Amino acid sequence: MEPRTSVIEKRLKNINRIIAVASGKGGVGKSMVASTLALHLSQNGYRVGLLDLDLYGPSSHIILGVKNKFPREEKGIIPPTIHGISFMSIVYFTEEKPSPFRGIDISNIILELLAITQWGRLDFLIIDMPPGIGDETLDVIRYMKSSEFLVVTTPSKVAMGAVSKLLTMLIELKKPVLGVIENMTMTDSSFIKQEVKRLQVRYLGKIHFDQTLEESIGNPDALSETQVMKDLRLILKKIKL
Amino acid sequence: MHEWALAESIVMATVEEARKEKLKTITQVTVYIGELQQIEKEIFLFALNELSKSQKPPIKKDAFVLKTDKSTLTCKNCGEHWKYADVKKKLNKTESESIHFIPEVIFVHARCPHCGSPDFEITKGRGVTLSSIKGVR
Repeated sequence: MEPRTSVIEKRLKNINRIIAVASGKGGVGKSMVASTLALHLSQNGYRVGLLDLDLYGPSSHIILGVKNKFPREEKGIIPPTIHGISFMSIVYFTEEKPSPFRGIDISNIILELLAITQWGRLDFLIIDMPPGIGDETLDVIRYMKSSEFLVVTTPSKVAMGAVSKLLTMLIELKKPVLGVIENMTMTDSSFIKQEVKRLQVRYLGKIHFDQTLEESIGNPDALSETQVMKDLRLILKKIKL
Repeated sequence: MHEWALAESIVMATVEEARKEKLKTITQVTVYIGELQQIEKEIFLFALNELSKSQKPPIKKDAFVLKTDKSTLTCKNCGEHWKYADVKKKLNKTESESIHFIPEVIFVHARCPHCGSPDFEITKGRGVTLSSIKGVR
């Protein structure tokens, strides 16, 4: 018998809101949105956790400049605090090596992380999701029943094709969707807005492509001053975050 | 004391199951400990006994029986079976400790000792499992 599922609810019971930043497509900026969302909330005085569930390609730690940190053992594991954010990632255990996990392993890792991580009291737990609607998404839906989804796309028709599938599934499963953020925009096209509205999901706005963003990666103070953060703050206001 | 968190999951699952089965007292709980997780048995047993106090239904003192689940790993590439001990000596302390926390990171830190492939599976001996519960109705 699998005992870990019995303890997950207890581990998450002192977390007020769980927001999964997701997309059907990779490379659309989920990790950037998840990390800057966590930073924004932390800067506004909230107690924030960030869980990177992109187990093959974790990147939130690179965005936040996390180095030489490791969880502390105390009746489980307590994530280290990075710029006010309790940050948990598989990278503490994989040391940036390639991670060849199969589906069953992914589910086991998620179960283990959820069972042993002691988050304590949080206002928000932000989850940086991997792309698609595979094991990680299904496990978050299964084990984190109160989770809400914030969906990210780029202006590309290719990205929106995959994002539409994710949205359709979330709607079918009656999961709360806070809305869709259009990231890395370079034109005034209304294609994404129309597609999102067609699916009866809230379109939240655009984050403009920022050529200088790369210079701020790994430096949360600099990230907070970027155009991306400014655009994101305007979007988050619409959903009272 | 990451063992504490795992012990907590065992106690909660035991109580949940006992309630389903309408047990009035839990007399014996058999728990298998996968070799890969490298649990400190003494700490784990201490945590189980501490967490068992004032549960409903009550768990009898010394109810927990711990058994080791020896590991078997099977390579998907060459088909060979092997044990954690076959690769453990090649792991450094950090790698071994990482496997203690998340057994699946063995795919990151170890390779099949026969063909060098990372594509193997944990057939047996992964982590902590609840094997059986005995009690009085």
